[in-house]
Amino acid sequence: MRTPLAEITPPTREAPTFPRLLSGLSSPDNSFGLHDHLEQWGALPLRRARATLLDELDSAGLRGHGGARFPVGTKWRAVSEGRARRAVVVANGAEGEPASLKDAFLLTKFPHLVLDGASLGAAVLNANRIVVYVPDRLTDVIGRAIHARRRADLDPVEIEVVGAPEAFLSGQESAVVRALNNGPALPTFVGIQSIRTRGVGGRPTLVQNVESLAQVAMISRFGGQWFRSVGTDDSPGTMLLTITGRWTEPQVVEAPHGVAFRDLLQLTAQDADRYWGILLGGYGGGWVSMTDILECRLTEEAARQLGSSLGAGVVAVLPRTCCPLAETARVVRYMERQGAGQCGPCVHGLADLAAHMEALAFDPAALRGHLPPIEELCGLIEGRGACRHPDGVTRFVRSALVVFHNEALQHVRRGPCGAVNGPALLPCPAHQGRPR
Amino acid sequence: MMATRRVSGLGAQVTSLPAPKWRVTLVVDPTMCDGHGVCAELLPERVKMDQWGFPIISDEEIPTALADHARRAVASCPRLALHLVEGLQ
Ligand SMILES: Cc1cc2nc3c(=O)[nH]c(=O)nc-3n(C[C@H](O)[C@H](O)[C@H](O)COP(=O)(O)O)c2cc1C
Ligand code: SF4
Repeated sequence: MRTPLAEITPPTREAPTFPRLLSGLSSPDNSFGLHDHLEQWGALPLRRARATLLDELDSAGLRGHGGARFPVGTKWRAVSEGRARRAVVVANGAEGEPASLKDAFLLTKFPHLVLDGASLGAAVLNANRIVVYVPDRLTDVIGRAIHARRRADLDPVEIEVVGAPEAFLSGQESAVVRALNNGPALPTFVGIQSIRTRGVGGRPTLVQNVESLAQVAMISRFGGQWFRSVGTDDSPGTMLLTITGRWTEPQVVEAPHGVAFRDLLQLTAQDADRYWGILLGGYGGGWVSMTDILECRLTEEAARQLGSSLGAGVVAVLPRTCCPLAETARVVRYMERQGAGQCGPCVHGLADLAAHMEALAFDPAALRGHLPPIEELCGLIEGRGACRHPDGVTRFVRSALVVFHNEALQHVRRGPCGAVNGPALLPCPAHQGRPR
Repeated sequence: MMATRRVSGLGAQVTSLPAPKWRVTLVVDPTMCDGHGVCAELLPERVKMDQWGFPIISDEEIPTALADHARRAVASCPRLALHLVEGLQ
């Protein structure tokens, strides 16, 4: 068997404490070519990975960064059980969430961490196909990175790049599989079946978020115990966040789990008067009040207790110059339009939900003094779609009704607040049509 | 299925995983269903229609006494959207 070049180059460099994935940002030109990458992180330890990476992933306690926070090691084991046919590894960089920029950032600045992770996945799962699935605008960058690796004979399996339509649902995992099976990038009903055992081309398939794969690349070099050396017991390691609304421009940062939001966002108690609260996780996450956020740490457990999730790492700080109900209404309408139109309860439920939220935000007089029956409606929608898109929307709406309860009552009793026609924080790209 | 209960006094959330049980349940593929409603007619014990005309399927087990009705509902769905699934759940 030939020895890949990377295995000959000197092995591990010094393990970074923090930052990790984004350590290279301190380098002069801010973007990592293959040479810089190998210089910084050393060779891709494919052979060791085949023997020990599954155990290292378990001991690391790494969870997925695409939104669902599912344990990565558990998923790899499930895929490796579909032994009858060779597996397919898919690096999911679709990043349909408009408020999230971290996957595109990672793919642009540090493509080789992601590609390393994908190759490691293929080595461990004995896959013979690797697909990197990224928005059309990024296929060139990734194509060049793949080309450089091919010339260095780095990867045991050829890596392909496939363009994803820019739509919210493109990255949902059954939509990814359907797109790679030459269908539209829309979810399918998987039922009790699983794409882990029957996915792309009917073969066992690993769909893993690109940030998760970059973390795998680090764990393969420095180990599970190293991974746990920052973070908390329940939420070990670091994660990438897209922070919007706090500074003039959105920022992608790497943060250790467990950091206080107060420190992360450089907030003081006075900031409770400047901001309404934050949206945590993304458009399938939830609003958290300033009072709660000032006491909260960056862990999944804390986020869940507040009715949200760290999800895909969106942290949107909502200034008081925006109307929280208008923000919520616009996002719900956007999510309704992004629905795939395949499931009755999603189509009708999200349309009714958007109409109620719009009435509450923009035309509360029409409600004649009553809050619309939004919670009841959420209950009718949940769990009834082929995918979790509608459930994400109901979590988002439910959290708005809790955190902005007083504002909702104000709207109903006294009409919309002055901020309702103010600036919008959360992006709802109008050019995105129904996914193809 | 995971049951979560709150234990009073301890303030702790205890998650118990009941031993998986062999169950037969009815599921609908919502991407196929167009709200025809024949299932609600044939199996009102497990299927109700919502305000938009789509079936709400109970996740309760299908006991032997209902098995024939359930099979008939599945066979009658014009969209073949209804399925009986059985397995450890
Ligand atoms: C509506 C919806 C949209 C999603 N979009 C993305 C996405 O753009 N990128 C992504 O990595 N995961 C997305 N996911 C999650 C994927 O289904 C899948 O769980 C994930 O890619 C698995 O990788 P991970 O375990 O590393 O997070 C989405 C899920 C849902 C329900
Ligand atoms: S739940 Fe909505 S978004 Fe998901 S598959 Fe059904 S129609 Fe499409």
